[in-house]
Amino acid sequence: MTGSIDTLQTVRSLSQEGYKYGFVTDIEADEAPPGLNEDTVRFISAKKEEPEWLLEWRLAAFDAWQKMTQPNWAKLNLTPIDYQAATYYSAPKQNAGPKSLDEVDPELLRTYEKLGIPLREREALAGVAVDAVFDSISVATTFKEELAKLGIIFCSMGEAVREHPDLVRRYLGTVVPQNDNFFAALNSAVFSDGSFAYVPPGVRCPMELSTYFRINAAKSGQFERTLLIADAGSYVSYLEGCTAPQRDENQLHAAVVELIAHDDAQIKYSTVQNWYPGDAEGRGGIYNFVTKRGACRGARAKISWTQVETGSAITWKYPSCLLEGDHSVGEFYSVAITNNRQQADTGTKMIHIGRDTRSTIVAKGISAGRGQNTYRGLVRVQPRAQGARNHTQCDSLLIGERCGAHTVPYIEVRNPSARVEHEATTSKISEDQLFYCRQRGLSAEDAVSLIVNGFCKEVLKELPMEFAVEAQKLLAVSLEGSVG
Amino acid sequence: MLEIKNLHARLADGREILRGIDLAVNSGEVHAIMGPNGSGKSTLAAVLAGRDGYDVSEGTVTYLGRDLLTMPADERAREGLFLAFQYPVEIPGVNNMYFLRAAINAQRRHRGEPELDAGQFLRAVRAQLKLLDIGEDLLQRAVNVGFSGGEKKRNEIFQMAMLAPRLAILDETDSGLDIDALKVVARGVNQQRAPDRAIVMITHYQRLLSYVEPDRVHVLHGGRIVESGDKDLAVELERRGYGLLGDAA
Repeated sequence: MTGSIDTLQTVRSLSQEGYKYGFVTDIEADEAPPGLNEDTVRFISAKKEEPEWLLEWRLAAFDAWQKMTQPNWAKLNLTPIDYQAATYYSAPKQNAGPKSLDEVDPELLRTYEKLGIPLREREALAGVAVDAVFDSISVATTFKEELAKLGIIFCSMGEAVREHPDLVRRYLGTVVPQNDNFFAALNSAVFSDGSFAYVPPGVRCPMELSTYFRINAAKSGQFERTLLIADAGSYVSYLEGCTAPQRDENQLHAAVVELIAHDDAQIKYSTVQNWYPGDAEGRGGIYNFVTKRGACRGARAKISWTQVETGSAITWKYPSCLLEGDHSVGEFYSVAITNNRQQADTGTKMIHIGRDTRSTIVAKGISAGRGQNTYRGLVRVQPRAQGARNHTQCDSLLIGERCGAHTVPYIEVRNPSARVEHEATTSKISEDQLFYCRQRGLSAEDAVSLIVNGFCKEVLKELPMEFAVEAQKLLAVSLEGSVG
Repeated sequence: MLEIKNLHARLADGREILRGIDLAVNSGEVHAIMGPNGSGKSTLAAVLAGRDGYDVSEGTVTYLGRDLLTMPADERAREGLFLAFQYPVEIPGVNNMYFLRAAINAQRRHRGEPELDAGQFLRAVRAQLKLLDIGEDLLQRAVNVGFSGGEKKRNEIFQMAMLAPRLAILDETDSGLDIDALKVVARGVNQQRAPDRAIVMITHYQRLLSYVEPDRVHVLHGGRIVESGDKDLAVELERRGYGLLGDAA
């Protein structure tokens, strides 16, 4: 091929307008003093009027965390985090636990409207129940009554602790223990809110359940905890979305998500992550350290993770499946985009424990600008997992000359009957492809968006319809300015 | 419609490939540009279509009264300039139909026409496939992915027919085709012949010209047009070969 690489060389920075969720809501907040010690943990627990067992549970986590060090095995270049500088609890001041949306601060409702998430039910997204988490607490949950008629519990974690303590106590920490890892331990000590859902046996949840996370306050971290239980033979599809204001300092987000699927239950968990990614020079942005894990406890249970990761300065995230039940199924579909100075180290763990368990991994990484994208995945077949099967497909797409893509698969097989396949490809958006599209009349940006969407197709088709379109648009915005 | 005057173009490494091309193509005409390998045929097509990586050091190109060389590649396409690629490019995961509809609608928006909805588009596609005798199986596959050489070229002709350009440039669309595929290409070109459209066929061989009768034939050699004539020139060239052209550089 002759010709220069002019088309790709001019990798412009993502314009400041590119991130349209960067606004700040001016609202009075109830905050914990900055810093982290036992008193902080007690403060949060007291604020939430928690039972003694939960305070003990938190303190045990804090104790474990103090003995741990921040992991450094990921391919991430980050400035040291000062855990004493952050604020661990920030809640918009309002009447304790608004009974209805009429009691929710109108400023908050306006914020969610601006984000495209109307919370008033008559305007709400059809077929989607939303739990809105603002900084440290859940401010509203829609469609609760309607779901309750089917026996489905969907509420904030704080409310679940008060109203359904037995369920919470039975399941909390059973998939991600307090001392699982540094960030999970931190979360266990200081988690403030999050979503809780329980779907009773045999019930097919008629709408998407969703949580919308918003970090607003400066210097505050967000530490939410989500717990989802699908009882025998039930089905639930869950979606989370997230945004944060544009700020020059890095903010910490360390969440834990636990999923439990009993016999024949299915959980489909989709994430569209759009935390503020920082500016073109890498100033600001969210540090996203998340532990997500699902346990297929029962036979023929199925857990499917789909994630579209476009935001955050740093993404450290490995949604995983423990395939405990015989014939259980784990899936992981992922698109991760890094532009400018963004870094992502993401992937999954599929732990085959039961017989005839199956897992599928499809990971698509897209790097532009100076972005660095690492797929890190573990497939482990335990000795008892007779007949386990895994297929992994891992594709990287590079846009421009200064970005990087890395693939780090770990495969541990302890049963000779297992079949594990791994395929990996790396490609570039070629000048030929761009020129071909432009010669048919598409603008350079539309061409990139078309090519990237084609590359991600296998993953995007796994998203619930309502969000697939959203995700496609988001991909285009995230890559704005990546070709000159 | 297209007027090229004294066009010089070089590669990024400084090698001059086009060394003073003069060519005028009128509406309604079909021109054939022939020449041996390395004569500059594909470079001419690339420069006209606005591909990056070529430096035009001298000369002008006027297209429909406008300075073509200052227009970005996508604008040239939206203004009705179509290039059938010598090596059509694969775009994995992008449905062929989706791609074509996106292209057509980009062009329609540019002309201020309403976009085609799925139904209108499908009807237009079916009609065109029938005319060209192309099977529907190409439509649901990803753009050019896993297509045979013949299928890729048919797809180019199909795109050309759907986009209905003002000026179509076919860059060695006939090379490497079996006789059936060649006939499809020829049928497409003949069908597209119209009073308000011009077609420029770039080819190494005379073969295609047995099925499509050109109004003018030009011989490109050493970056210049060294000979022009009517369709008989092609036949003559086939007989005497390019070897006798000598070193025009």
